[in-house]
Amino acid sequence: MADERRITGYRRQDGTVGIRNHTVILPVDDLSNAAAEAVANVVPGTLALPHAYGRLQFGADLDLTFRTLIGTGRNPNVASVVVIGIEPNWTHRVVEGIAETGKKVAGYAIEGNGDLRTIEQAARTAASFLQDDSENVREPVERGEIMMSIKCGESDTTSGLGSCPTTAGAVDRWVDAGGTVLFGETSELTGGEHLIAERCVNDEVRKRFQSIYDSYIDMIERTGANLLGSQPTQGNIAGGLSTIEEKAMGNIAKTGTKPVVGALDPAQTPESGPGLYFMDTSSAAAECVTLMAAGGAAIHLFPTGQGNVIGNPIEPVVKLTANPKTAESMSEHIDLDCSGLLRRDYDLTQAGDLLMDVVDRTVNGRLTCAEVMGHREFVFTKLYPSA
Amino acid sequence: MRPDFLAHHEGDSVAVAVRDLSPGTVEGGYLTGPVAIQIDLRHDVPLGHKLALADLSAGDDVIEYGVRVGTASKNIHKGEYVHVHNVRSARWQTSVA
Repeated sequence: MADERRITGYRRQDGTVGIRNHTVILPVDDLSNAAAEAVANVVPGTLALPHAYGRLQFGADLDLTFRTLIGTGRNPNVASVVVIGIEPNWTHRVVEGIAETGKKVAGYAIEGNGDLRTIEQAARTAASFLQDDSENVREPVERGEIMMSIKCGESDTTSGLGSCPTTAGAVDRWVDAGGTVLFGETSELTGGEHLIAERCVNDEVRKRFQSIYDSYIDMIERTGANLLGSQPTQGNIAGGLSTIEEKAMGNIAKTGTKPVVGALDPAQTPESGPGLYFMDTSSAAAECVTLMAAGGAAIHLFPTGQGNVIGNPIEPVVKLTANPKTAESMSEHIDLDCSGLLRRDYDLTQAGDLLMDVVDRTVNGRLTCAEVMGHREFVFTKLYPSA
Repeated sequence: MRPDFLAHHEGDSVAVAVRDLSPGTVEGGYLTGPVAIQIDLRHDVPLGHKLALADLSAGDDVIEYGVRVGTASKNIHKGEYVHVHNVRSARWQTSVA
């Protein structure tokens, strides 16, 4: 029955499909947060996305910040964007990147104008964009047109037994419907990375995946750091997970059974057709979801064990748990309680049906717990210190 | 029937408690299939934590999901509580448990 529900979304000019219709005020850098937030206060209904970086970055680290900013603006859940930066050059670069999609975008630089004049000009544009965006209408869409991402957090052993395999069912169905799904969490593949390598669709993808994974391990070894206490986390251990390998197997359990068709850089948009993609990401929830949303994902599935509260400002995050204690003690954060799996009230196929029902309703506009609770974590990944 | 514990894979050396368990006879099974394994549990094992399905010697692989998820750091008897006090990562051996 869940497979037949009519779902609707917003078709964007570049052919992508969104499930939300945000008018975004995007600061290029930390210095522009105040102006961006002021615009969103003057024009309620717009969404400011303050963040901590964007100054004196260089090389790959700067590229990643630009990719994250531009990708966020390009995301199909975003209808239009007002960009505000301290300097005109970088502001223009972000505007140009977003403009390629055909959506409305305007940029304002603070230097030589000051916050107040910038806020006034940007607010006038934001008001006009918001009013236009409010006329965008939902149309019938297919699941396969909506890009999905997955990442789990505050995992425990119930994640591997329940919420992750339930997510896997949704992932397999999404890919079967011609859709694209992103998974990541490079560090949390440790102990099961060979299983992902085996699922890569060809040698080229396998080499690319292996090279990303090996670079990560090299980085960890170069620092000489002891990841114990960090991986697994204190929360993981409290939930019964004993080793990184055990955590990895739970993580991998949510990726389903489909071949891995590509290995992406952080915040990179998939470009080689539909299917399941690995993206090189941190395993920190807010960083990971921010990168996946910048890659174009419009809906996120988030299995949790001990209870994570994460949301994202532009990509709705659907949280599910099979831990009955978490489902009860943190019910305002849990979109689907699938703890019945552990009691054998239903099987995995039925749990998958329950999840698809929540997904379809979320696509159609039902607010997730994270949206209701105002969780808008927008967190950039920093590769190394700024100059 | 409602299981006390579930294991992922035939041949796994550990299973996960799916309710808070106390010492005594407990019953469980694999993710699919009947609840047909009985274990004489020796410790309290909270929901989500693991119990041993087999005797393990220090240094043995700990198998879950059909793969190695760690190494026994002490001898572990069938029915004992299994966690960071008696198992450690096989991958990050330099880590100090």
